Amino acid sequence: MSEAPKKYMNPYLAGFFLGFVLLATIYITGRGLGASGAFKSVVIQSVNSVAPEHAENTAYYADYNESHPEGPMKSWLVFEVLGVLIGAFISAVASNRVALKLEKGPGVKNRTRIIAAIAGGALFGFGSQLGRGCTSGSALSGMAVMSFGGIITMLAIFGMAYMTAYFFKNLWIKKQ
Amino acid sequence: MGPLVPDIISGEFNFIIALIVGIGFGFALEQAGFASTKKLVGLFYGYDFTVLRVFFTAGVTAMVGIIILNHLNLLDLSIIYINPTFLWAALVGGGIMGLGFIIGGFCPGTSACAAATGRVDGWAFLLGGVIGIFIFAEGFPIWEDLYLAENWGPVLMFEQFGLNREVFGIVMILVAAGAFVMTTIIENKINNKETKWFKPTIIKNTIIVATPILLVLLVIITPNRTEVMNTRIDAKIDAGECNPKMMNADKLAYELMNHYYKYNVIDVRTPEEYKEFHIPTAINIPLEELHQSMNLSTVIQNIKTNVFYGADIYQSQRACMVSKYFGKSDNFALDLTAEEFNKQYFLLSEVDENGSKADVDLFKFRKDAAEKLTEIGEAVANLDKPVEKKASRVAGGCS
Repeated sequence: MSEAPKKYMNPYLAGFFLGFVLLATIYITGRGLGASGAFKSVVIQSVNSVAPEHAENTAYYADYNESHPEGPMKSWLVFEVLGVLIGAFISAVASNRVALKLEKGPGVKNRTRIIAAIAGGALFGFGSQLGRGCTSGSALSGMAVMSFGGIITMLAIFGMAYMTAYFFKNLWIKKQ
Repeated sequence: MGPLVPDIISGEFNFIIALIVGIGFGFALEQAGFASTKKLVGLFYGYDFTVLRVFFTAGVTAMVGIIILNHLNLLDLSIIYINPTFLWAALVGGGIMGLGFIIGGFCPGTSACAAATGRVDGWAFLLGGVIGIFIFAEGFPIWEDLYLAENWGPVLMFEQFGLNREVFGIVMILVAAGAFVMTTIIENKINNKETKWFKPTIIKNTIIVATPILLVLLVIITPNRTEVMNTRIDAKIDAGECNPKMMNADKLAYELMNHYYKYNVIDVRTPEEYKEFHIPTAINIPLEELHQSMNLSTVIQNIKTNVFYGADIYQSQRACMVSKYFGKSDNFALDLTAEEFNKQYFLLSEVDENGSKADVDLFKFRKDAAEKLTEIGEAVANLDKPVEKKASRVAGGCS
């Protein structure tokens, strides 16, 4: 285990490979890639099992369950994200990059990083529902099929991140 | 012709495809370094633009691939999933996601990769994501109006600019290439590295950028399969080779009365014209749609005899040529137009008693035929209505 992690792939080559996976997905299934939809399935499945009455009485869950009679977990994106977990793990094993650790900016406390990750995740999860897809489903796949909505979502994501980057620089780069 | 789901690949097997595709997706993201939060956030502080390079290259690769597949008639773009545009939800949702990106350091897909490779912050982000979605679901009535406002449907970027798909594709390639050069300069500046342009690197990169542009240009200048088909048929007609077998209307009426099931009568006019009047038992496939794969399967077969008719003889002959172009089948063009057929059988005036016996017999035959055909037409319509096979858009997206 003392081997050093391998270098990352050339970004353009990785991008070409990723684009090829996306193209194959669209050719075979007629739809693009995604991620946040699988998390939504997890949420709805949890609510269905923990509080079935609440799920029945709340329009949002009831509508979802009605339009997905086979249950939220039997969805294309759930299987795809399982694949993502497997694929990322295989790739990391192959390049000696599997390690239990917490990545953070210099001088950031572990607790701060965890809280920020949860808060950021919550914002991203919320935003992905409002924007009907995340960076994968809306921005990347949307760009491939030249969807107007997908591309403006992409611009909004990166635009907002750039605009607010200054305020959160202490989380990521050394104080100057 | 793609997409292969659901007609060629079944719904259940599609889940296995999802798993395989996901493995490729996860592998690519991890190899690119997207499981590392520092690499991702580098984009926003200018020290590492890997995300932009990977993202743009992937988007452009898939986009050019789609343009090519579409040109070769291998992918039906009218049924693939296009993310619908809900203007305000897209902008506000995107903005919230951007904030989540800079605070949490991931997006959902990359946090899954990070989690899979043992990054604790990846797990924390995943947990946060689930909480965020739960909040959205619980408070849905509050933001429902925003969620549904300004529904533009599945509009496409190039339509908004009044360009066609291919031209817009070239614009995107150039934008991406420009962004790659710009970000390299910025990145080097921030990391205090000198930007050097070596001649071989410039040449190599120019070739890499020129390749997709050339491919798209090739798509623009070469005719697609439909155009090739039309030119070839036009050439044949000009050369006087358009002489499909003609079917006499009385013969058709007789054949339909006795064994309608042996004939595929195809009305190639518009659906409106078809609705107004059509020969009983006829199905409607407009001429412009005849070459589409789902219609060809009706026409190219060796069980029934095809009889085409249209608003004029030219239409029915051309339909014959299209059918002949794609495969072997027994094709006839009706020697009457739809209107003439209607007049000759269904809108008969009184018989001319002074006419010859042959004329009177023919009149009686046509009168009987009209009645019998109407009967058969109704019976057939009730018995085996042609299953309307309409390709519907694939459901997709993240919702």
